Amino acid sequence: MQLTNRSKEVSKKEMTFAERLYLPAIVSGLGITIKHFFAKKVTIRYPEVKRYLGPVFRGQHILKRDDEGRERCTACGLCAVACPAEAISMVAAERTKEEKHLYREEKYAAVYEVNMLRCIFCGLCEEACPKQAVYLRHDQFVPVFTEREGVVYGKDKLVEDMNARYNRDSWTKEEWSEKWKNERV
Amino acid sequence: MPTTLPIFSVLILLNVVVSVYLERKISAFIQDRLGPMEVGKWGLLQLVADLFKLIQKEDIVPAAADRWLFLLAPFVIFVAIFAGFAVLPLSPDWFGSTANVGVFFLMTVISVDVIGILMAGWGSNNKYALLGSVRAVAQIVSYEVPLGLSILCVVVTCQSLDLQEISFQQSIFSNTPNYLFGLKATGIDLTQTGGILTWNILRNPSLLIVYVIFFIATLAEANRAPFDLPEGESELIGGFNTEYSGMRWALLFLSEYAMMLLVAFLGAILFLGSWSSPFPNVGALRLADWTTGSPGTWAGNLWGVFWLVSKAGAAILVQMWVRWTFPRLRIDQLMYLCWKVLTPFALVLFMISAIWKLL
Repeated sequence: MQLTNRSKEVSKKEMTFAERLYLPAIVSGLGITIKHFFAKKVTIRYPEVKRYLGPVFRGQHILKRDDEGRERCTACGLCAVACPAEAISMVAAERTKEEKHLYREEKYAAVYEVNMLRCIFCGLCEEACPKQAVYLRHDQFVPVFTEREGVVYGKDKLVEDMNARYNRDSWTKEEWSEKWKNERV
Repeated sequence: MPTTLPIFSVLILLNVVVSVYLERKISAFIQDRLGPMEVGKWGLLQLVADLFKLIQKEDIVPAAADRWLFLLAPFVIFVAIFAGFAVLPLSPDWFGSTANVGVFFLMTVISVDVIGILMAGWGSNNKYALLGSVRAVAQIVSYEVPLGLSILCVVVTCQSLDLQEISFQQSIFSNTPNYLFGLKATGIDLTQTGGILTWNILRNPSLLIVYVIFFIATLAEANRAPFDLPEGESELIGGFNTEYSGMRWALLFLSEYAMMLLVAFLGAILFLGSWSSPFPNVGALRLADWTTGSPGTWAGNLWGVFWLVSKAGAAILVQMWVRWTFPRLRIDQLMYLCWKVLTPFALVLFMISAIWKLL
């Protein structure tokens, strides 16, 4: 059975005269290397040049706001329950009258923390969320930690900035296959 | 003292600077990589960084080493190779030693290289270094046979051992008439045409094949891949330069590149028309005259140096191309190639060259 059509049958038959001369093989070898010499290089110079990772990449968490700038999270705790790594913890609070413009629901998360050392970026929180409040953004990594302080991300780092709203650039398979067309895979 | 030697010492240093960079870039490009890119624009300052690292390094002499042999070996190797440059010409009236046995001297003096390598290997008191140097010596001594025979083919064609005389014969200043393919019977006198048509590889077409043998033999002489068994990183660590560090190692490295340059120059002088231009005079288009200048003037000297250096440079590029194409030979394949392939072929070609001269 063949899985690809690239495999070659190996035989141990007597070499032909041309093969025993080795010269054709040497010349074709030089030809191959000179072809690669002028070929386009595949290197992407990483820290300076970043490759598009696709709309389904799971990076840093974000707590979305709605169009009026109110936090969507209602602190139901489903994300924390869904989390296999137990990275999410939250403290719920009740919204007062004056806070109506800040929180969409009557109950909100006063504290919402993700422990980035525990998080495995599986995206189950995103799927569990009934309020479309938590997402893993496709365009931003959680940077490398060098010390324990700052490992736990609070609301200050997670809640969406209304001046730079996060939008996933495609939602359907058709949309993102269109985007990936321009990317070398 | 011949004035070419200072020029050649500058060329050797320049060659190491340019070649190391090119070697890395060429190897990278052949392997679809980019090579050094971070230090300076396109990694151009990489060598400066490397040099700083080398200068900072301690010059370590192993406790069990034979101290004097160990310390002297890099100098013996370098001096042997550097002495070879003494007889090379640079342009029609700019040449080193006028020894009329120039080729013979060159062959002899670069053989001293072997002693240096053996000193390095033995002096290091390290089994890898010793194995490496033993391999190097076996290889260089063997490959001197086809190398010598291929040079002999040129000598028999030119009837001279003087490199400058060999150069003159291939140029438009030749005082003996040059015929197409060196055959008087064709009746086509190319003495005033010059260019590539009067290069040795076309004065006697069999020298084209001889040049291939010469090239392979010089690769082995210079311990270049695919004949780099003496250094075989995978099994011998670094061969005879395993125990060297810092500037002493840099000197070994310099010698290796100087050897590449020397054999590239030798190939250019013996086979590729030395300092003469590759363009022939065609009717009113005096291409050869325009790109040669008249001897004794600045233009003449500069054109001569330019052509010779670019021919040698091209040969070095091919050496690198070959290095990054082929895997290393096994030691028995190496000896097979030398004694059972190159030597008989060189002998036959030597006969052909001798007969060709009589035609």
